[in-house]
Amino acid sequence: MSEKAKSAKEHNYESGLAVVAADKIKDPGLEPHRVRMTDKSPAHERAANRQVAALFILSAIGSVAAIVAYFAFPLTDDLGTVRANTWWLGISITLGLFGIGLGAVHWAKTLMPDAEVSEERHQTRGSDEVRARAIEIIKLADQESGFTRRKLIRRSMYTALALFPLPAIFFFGDLGPSPADSLRHTMWRKGTRLAKDPDGTPIKASDVTLGSIFHVIPAGLEDLHETKLEEKAKAAVILVRVDPADLIESEERKSWSYDGIVAYSKICTHVGCPVALYEQQTHHLLCPCHQSTFDLVDGCKVIFGPASRALPQLPIAVDSEGYLVAQSDFNEPVGPSFWER
Amino acid sequence: MKKTMKNSRRSPFAAALVIAAGLIMSGGGYAFATAAVESATPVSAVSSQEQVAEGEKLFLANCASCHGKNGVGTPNGPTLIGVGAAAAEFQVDSGRMPAQASGPQMQVKPVQFTDEQIDAIAAYVGSLGVGPEIPTEEMIAANGNASKGGELFRINCAMCHNAVGAGGALTEGKFAPALVGVPADHIYEAMLTGPQNMPVFNDANLTPEEKKDIITYLKYVETNPSAGGYELAGLGPVAEGLFIWIIGFGIIIALTIWLGAKSN
Repeated sequence: MSEKAKSAKEHNYESGLAVVAADKIKDPGLEPHRVRMTDKSPAHERAANRQVAALFILSAIGSVAAIVAYFAFPLTDDLGTVRANTWWLGISITLGLFGIGLGAVHWAKTLMPDAEVSEERHQTRGSDEVRARAIEIIKLADQESGFTRRKLIRRSMYTALALFPLPAIFFFGDLGPSPADSLRHTMWRKGTRLAKDPDGTPIKASDVTLGSIFHVIPAGLEDLHETKLEEKAKAAVILVRVDPADLIESEERKSWSYDGIVAYSKICTHVGCPVALYEQQTHHLLCPCHQSTFDLVDGCKVIFGPASRALPQLPIAVDSEGYLVAQSDFNEPVGPSFWER
Repeated sequence: MKKTMKNSRRSPFAAALVIAAGLIMSGGGYAFATAAVESATPVSAVSSQEQVAEGEKLFLANCASCHGKNGVGTPNGPTLIGVGAAAAEFQVDSGRMPAQASGPQMQVKPVQFTDEQIDAIAAYVGSLGVGPEIPTEEMIAANGNASKGGELFRINCAMCHNAVGAGGALTEGKFAPALVGVPADHIYEAMLTGPQNMPVFNDANLTPEEKKDIITYLKYVETNPSAGGYELAGLGPVAEGLFIWIIGFGIIIALTIWLGAKSN
């Protein structure tokens, strides 16, 4: 009698819905036991014995070596010591732990008994007496507490439980500051000088020779402290001078450049990487993350890649001392799209 | 640069004027040139009249077919008036020029001239018009501030040339070459002149001292091993990801198979 038929008989499942196909694949059972070399040949057994011991000894050597390495390759002010320290500590600790693992597995596989045994699972269904007793306990509890009988208590408790998590929805609003309109503005203002990243030296229009690229921050960024990086991340600009004859400018942007000098946001409109790979001859600006390519002489329009909007242009002018200044903030949010955009 | 400069000096009359001006200046001394280009004492200030004449012969024989007689440029090559001795030395001494074939980018080849010939060609091209001069030994010595150079390199150069100068791809077959092993004078000249698609980093953008810091940084990363262990050519997350997917996962799979296999 098969296992299935036996259990069907025991629990009277004949009336159940399960269909037992007559031609179902037979349980192949355990594969025939194969005798290992270590069981047949004493030489192999001795070899395996030595191998396991060797792995444990290797582990012991590794652990001792880790202690030696800790003192032999100390970390100093020289950055180069990090390499030797990490390398030797890593190798020796690996040997220490890996040797134990390999040794234990090799021991179990080659020397411990490997005869296949099958362990039958016991039935998960409780006996009828146990089941009846459980129902009895539940009923008694209901009767004693009056859960079913006392409707007012039950319903008021449901209400209390349902309302309890509600305040959290309002509290979650305080988890972070709302960005408000900070995504729409940068620290560029009318008259802010364009300065060199990182030292903040203001840039004169005459400094920007043909084919030059300047990586620009707003003057005054250096004076910020807590918000410096946030502001830099939004306000970073690249400044390039091209032949004015090459520039294709729309009518309303004609006054945004100065003698072929154009300034564009450096933050990619795709996911916000710094777009800074500038090709001097083709005037292509390439984003290193996803290869979005912008045509610098044509309003930084997207000519390749996943970005969907042109880089925002910073309108620039020259002040009385010859320094490049912003005419205003960007007229659109910089960087990638967001919900309310 | 070359294309745009050609446009602005299209008139042959203007070109002739510039050549005349350039010749007068080379004969009369380099005082004006050094005043105009804000760099220290140029090496080619000592370039003699014979050197320029020798350079002109070499130029006519090897360069003029594309760059035109007197370097005025042709449809096949940009004008060299005003590119300076630094540009000529960079292109010829690095083996990029004379070009073998046109293409997205001029490739580095074995250098075609002796040092004296290169000096002569550079002196001649430098005599065509005011342009960047070849830096002195002191200007390119790697004894600046490597830490500051590293910061400047990451801001101005790393997006194309990789954070440790391993190089990288650009658009349509162009690429930013690796900077490992590139001589310091070539690095300096490339920043100063902006060869091919590289933008120009003039002395107002990166001062000579800052250029020296960048060279110091590049030479530092070249000679000092990475603190983080094996750097996989410095190619970043793609190379590292490929390594861990193939080698790391390979080891895990091999171990899993070994764990599950029966012993012989």
